Amino acid sequence: MRHLILALLPCAANAETLTVMTYDSFVSEWGPGPAIEAAFEAECGCDLRFIAPGDGAALLARLKLEGARTEADVVLGLDTNLMAEAKRTGLFAPHGQTPALDLPVAWADDTFLPFDWGWFAFVHRTDLTPPTSFEELAASDLRVVIQDPRSSTPGLGLVMWVKAAYGERAAGIWDGLSDNILTVTPGWSEAYGLFTEGEADMVLSYSTSPAYHLIAERDATKAAAIFTEGHYLQVEVAAKLANASPLADRFMEFMLTPAFQAAIPETNWMYPAAGPDPFGDLPKPGKTLTFTPDEAASLRANAIAEWQAALSR
Amino acid sequence: MAGRIVALIVAGLVFGPLALVALRAEGWGLDWPALRFTVTQAALSALASVLLAIPVARALARRRFPGRGALIALLGAPFLLPVIVAVLGLLAIFGRTGLLNRTLGTDLSIYGLHGVVLAHVFFNMPLAVRLILQGWQGIPAERFRLAQSLGFAPRDIARHLERPMLREVLPGALTVIFVICLASFAVALTLGGGPAATTVELAIYQALRFEFDLGRAASLSALQFAICAAAVLLASRVALPSGFGAGLDRQVAFGPAGWRRVADASTLLAATLFVALPLLMVAQRGLPGVASLPMGVWAAAGRSLVVALASTALTVAAALALALARRRWAELAATLPLAASSLVLGTGLFLAIHPFAAPERLALPVTMLVNAVLALPFAYRILAPAAARIEADYGRLADSLAMQGWARLRWLILPRLAQPLGFAAGVSAALSMGDLGVIALFAGQGGATLPLMVQQLMGAYRMEQAGAAALLLVVLSFGLFWSFDAWGRRAAT
Repeated sequence: MRHLILALLPCAANAETLTVMTYDSFVSEWGPGPAIEAAFEAECGCDLRFIAPGDGAALLARLKLEGARTEADVVLGLDTNLMAEAKRTGLFAPHGQTPALDLPVAWADDTFLPFDWGWFAFVHRTDLTPPTSFEELAASDLRVVIQDPRSSTPGLGLVMWVKAAYGERAAGIWDGLSDNILTVTPGWSEAYGLFTEGEADMVLSYSTSPAYHLIAERDATKAAAIFTEGHYLQVEVAAKLANASPLADRFMEFMLTPAFQAAIPETNWMYPAAGPDPFGDLPKPGKTLTFTPDEAASLRANAIAEWQAALSR
Repeated sequence: MAGRIVALIVAGLVFGPLALVALRAEGWGLDWPALRFTVTQAALSALASVLLAIPVARALARRRFPGRGALIALLGAPFLLPVIVAVLGLLAIFGRTGLLNRTLGTDLSIYGLHGVVLAHVFFNMPLAVRLILQGWQGIPAERFRLAQSLGFAPRDIARHLERPMLREVLPGALTVIFVICLASFAVALTLGGGPAATTVELAIYQALRFEFDLGRAASLSALQFAICAAAVLLASRVALPSGFGAGLDRQVAFGPAGWRRVADASTLLAATLFVALPLLMVAQRGLPGVASLPMGVWAAAGRSLVVALASTALTVAAALALALARRRWAELAATLPLAASSLVLGTGLFLAIHPFAAPERLALPVTMLVNAVLALPFAYRILAPAAARIEADYGRLADSLAMQGWARLRWLILPRLAQPLGFAAGVSAALSMGDLGVIALFAGQGGATLPLMVQQLMGAYRMEQAGAAALLLVVLSFGLFWSFDAWGRRAAT
């Protein structure tokens, strides 16, 4: 009997284990997780274990709950808006690498390494003429659905986008947009669901979202509206914990190799951080907007308050 | 005795996590506009649900027609839908490009306080109907016969029989629905149309997720408990026992003829359409994708079924123990979980478990336990009035026969409680299938339940498969509910 039980245990039980904490859609059957796990385990002869405590924002909260006792060796899936706060926890160690990256901006952070990135954009059906700026959107009678910046990463991205594009004028822009906002959802998937059901004309998502419909569904009726103000950049990053196993360094290196990067485009539907552009045909914004992590951290509360005040009226 | 132990366990499970979160707090904070909106929408939703449910329950109680049983079962369905699925179903009817606006050629907007109330009525009016219908069925047939032989007009029946019954049943129904709507978050925000529709639960979510402000989360959660406790105490003061005395345990249909027959028929038709149309939309969205559902979804469905059955057993046993205790503390203990923020509950349990074990290994047992606690208020609310009636009607007889303990349960209580027991088990099982409040915090790789799978599919752009998985979830939940409920109704006759 005992032999039977031993035989049923995963054979990697004796191998070294690397624990990666990430968001849940990364490890789902349709995310990059399964392919990446297989590739890394083959390369290192170790066991890669994912823990996924929720969405991107939940990662940082979970890490703070666990503090230094965390089992995680690597945290994968924070973004630039949360980086400053994550760094302040003091839980992370420098990556010590000088990688070659394909990002629209320069990258110099010594703790966080990007693994993919994308531009926030409004996605629409191709049977309507999209606005080309926030001001044109505000003047139109289009109805858009957005996410709440207090509970969703894209929602926060939009608020930072308007702030980056308009600075002091952001509150006025939100005033103008308020009658175009059909509703606000707690997360990305509710908003995207409302859009695909035809309830809204446009939805806040990514400029790469139409690639999913094109590639996976052979459906060319969705496109992203390109705004002349430029588009706010989301960079998804990973970092290793200070008391991580030595395998963590290998994983961080592996992260920017083709074996990892090739899994990203058609599972996460984002641009890989290192490697050729997989969505060559998609329109790209002329200008990239971004804040440094410190700027983003200091502007966040105020930008959300402006959004809330304008939309609560 | 059993009731007291259960009450203590429930209170521990509900307040323990809150205390653990509060211990890690570094400050306190409240959110007054969110509080005002939360209470307003919950009060309006509870009033609207219950007021609309009264005529429906009365029509169901006094008419017999083919399909009546199916209609009563259908009324259980909205309550079991995952929130986002129900919202999409409602929008297909009442949305900007929904059936209503397309048919009438109008541009009515569902977004706003009225939309929030509409959705809450869709979820809770059917529950109110079931709770009130039980009240009607609790009036002994002998009383109706007596009323008929005395030549009572419907007005007199309403005054002497129905109003006292409603006085007993309505406060409880209002309280349950008020407290359910207190903790509403995704419905309120999505249909409320913007941040003006912020509820306390959203503020808790924000505090825990983005700001990691445990103090704020704990104080907001404590506030929810305080409002809930106030509502329960107020309701138990207002409610009066109707005191009809015992009958022969039989039911009778006593429908008056004339225009009232037409009124009852139209009421039932309207209620059926209101409940069934959004459900049909859910089915229509989901059907095309069912055949292409990935294997993982079926495995998740299996896990969900196991969790649901186990937590149903826990819930029904706990609810029965509390219902037989027939004390105010039992009622309070059984209602408190309604006001528990599942996010605070999950975070607290995480703080409790993390020092000792890897949380994702305990994901399914924890989900089972939390689902059992969260379903307890509904099971209790269904069992308590019936248990009280049995004790009031037959308690003295049983006492004089020295029928105690197991014998009393076996020969007096359980046979008469079969119908509400089946209904309570059905509701608990279905609720446990649909709930994902806590699993998301604990889930590791694999081991996802069906609701989590729906969420993951949506997160991966696979809206069609998500629709199909949601349909599977609804069918399974409803199947569980139907089997338990039908068993209860068969056992009762």
